[in-house]
Amino acid sequence: MNKTYYSQSHEYITVDGNIGYIGISDYAQRALGNVVYVDMPEEGDEIEAGEDFGAVESVKAASDLIAPVSGTVLEANELLVDNPRLINEDSMANWIIKIEIADPSQLDSLMDEDSYKVHCEAGH
Amino acid sequence: MEEIKKTCLYDRHVALGAQMSPFAGFNMPIQYKGIVEEHNAVRNTCGVFDVSHMGEVEIKGPDAEKFVNYIFTNDVSTISDGAILYGMMLNENGGVVDDLLVYRYGADHFFLVINASNIDKDVRWIKSNVSGFDVCVTDLSETFGELAVQGPNSESVMKDVLEMDCKDLVFYTFKETKWDNKTIIISRTGYTGEDGFEIYAPHNVILEIWDRLMASKKAEACGLGCRDTLRFEVGLPLYGDELADDITPIEAGLSMFVKLDKPKFIGREVVAKQKELGAPRKLVGLEILDKAIARHGYEVVNNDEEVIGYITTGYRGISVDKSIAVALIDTAFAVKDGEVKIRIRRKVYPARITAKKFYKKSYKK
Repeated sequence: MNKTYYSQSHEYITVDGNIGYIGISDYAQRALGNVVYVDMPEEGDEIEAGEDFGAVESVKAASDLIAPVSGTVLEANELLVDNPRLINEDSMANWIIKIEIADPSQLDSLMDEDSYKVHCEAGH
Repeated sequence: MEEIKKTCLYDRHVALGAQMSPFAGFNMPIQYKGIVEEHNAVRNTCGVFDVSHMGEVEIKGPDAEKFVNYIFTNDVSTISDGAILYGMMLNENGGVVDDLLVYRYGADHFFLVINASNIDKDVRWIKSNVSGFDVCVTDLSETFGELAVQGPNSESVMKDVLEMDCKDLVFYTFKETKWDNKTIIISRTGYTGEDGFEIYAPHNVILEIWDRLMASKKAEACGLGCRDTLRFEVGLPLYGDELADDITPIEAGLSMFVKLDKPKFIGREVVAKQKELGAPRKLVGLEILDKAIARHGYEVVNNDEEVIGYITTGYRGISVDKSIAVALIDTAFAVKDGEVKIRIRRKVYPARITAKKFYKKSYKK
């Protein structure tokens, strides 16, 4: 069964074997408001845990996307190029990049659904 | 760090579910329903902004006109009583201390509306320059709250909801009127590119007016988020972005508000020279030839990727559906339709130089 993990900076990664789908949480899209642009890496790019790999821009400001784990980009979600609002409609269904996870043990430092809920309620 | 201030409408904003954020030392509403919706309300119908954070300074005395003209770039001796002028206060280097509106009551009485972020600096600056002038300077920023009613329906909202008939109030003039025996000021001014009014009044009156506007459902509560997108699209500068202590009004493209044919004013020497010989930098509009958005502080580079300036404001336009920005760049590159590049995170993107006005103003003149 797929499992979803969350980072402190509000990215999620849904894991299916060694494949991960990374996006931003519903809490994050709400806080951002109208998403007008998503800056995504390209297929083949390497991303590194804790480093930014792109940005989600609302009307107000740019918000960096921080990689929850390291890996190689297999695909960027092309639908978001012309329709960034999909993030506001359903950020969990509309992942931003699909990656091959380099080191699955990095997932252990992320939060599960319940701990993430607590993290958001604490106002982080 | 000073304690963060609240306007008299703070509780109203929180009750409306506004997203509150610190701005210029005040905890201000950034948005209520959403920036796009609020922006469109002002362009199409009517919106109301709490701008009580703005500062007000009164200058009174026999030398008031002479003094204001000494600290201000525009010429207040040329306008009638009841009229308003936009302009700047400059430092000795020609940099902008603040941009402001000057309301003329008479040769002995002026009312200055200044930016919230600059209140302390401005009041200190004004007072430090009074020597030799018979004037009295009073900071009224804590006394007055301010609302901006903006949008094509503003005139009818003022009349129908607030019983303030403003059809004869022309653009950039003001009048005083009474609300429950208290004096309030109404001017036909704004910061959105649309027709509209600004109301200055004591805090309890501001509360009553706000409540009446909200109850009427004829004016959308608008936050500072859309105030910025609205002013940006019509090419109006914001202090801290397009204007600063080290940016001259000539660089900012505001020459028309700098009058040299009047007695000496502070900063005149520098701006006179720049008017004649040109300024080293120039504020330009940019259309980014990509979907990426250029934000404040991003570098503008030439073909060799050498830095030639920086972005002052940038958005995905709301009324103009493009990625647009304003940048302060070396004058040599400020050629209309010229191409420059902008560094946005790891990449550079091409942009075309345009006018700073991306959307046409629709003032009622």
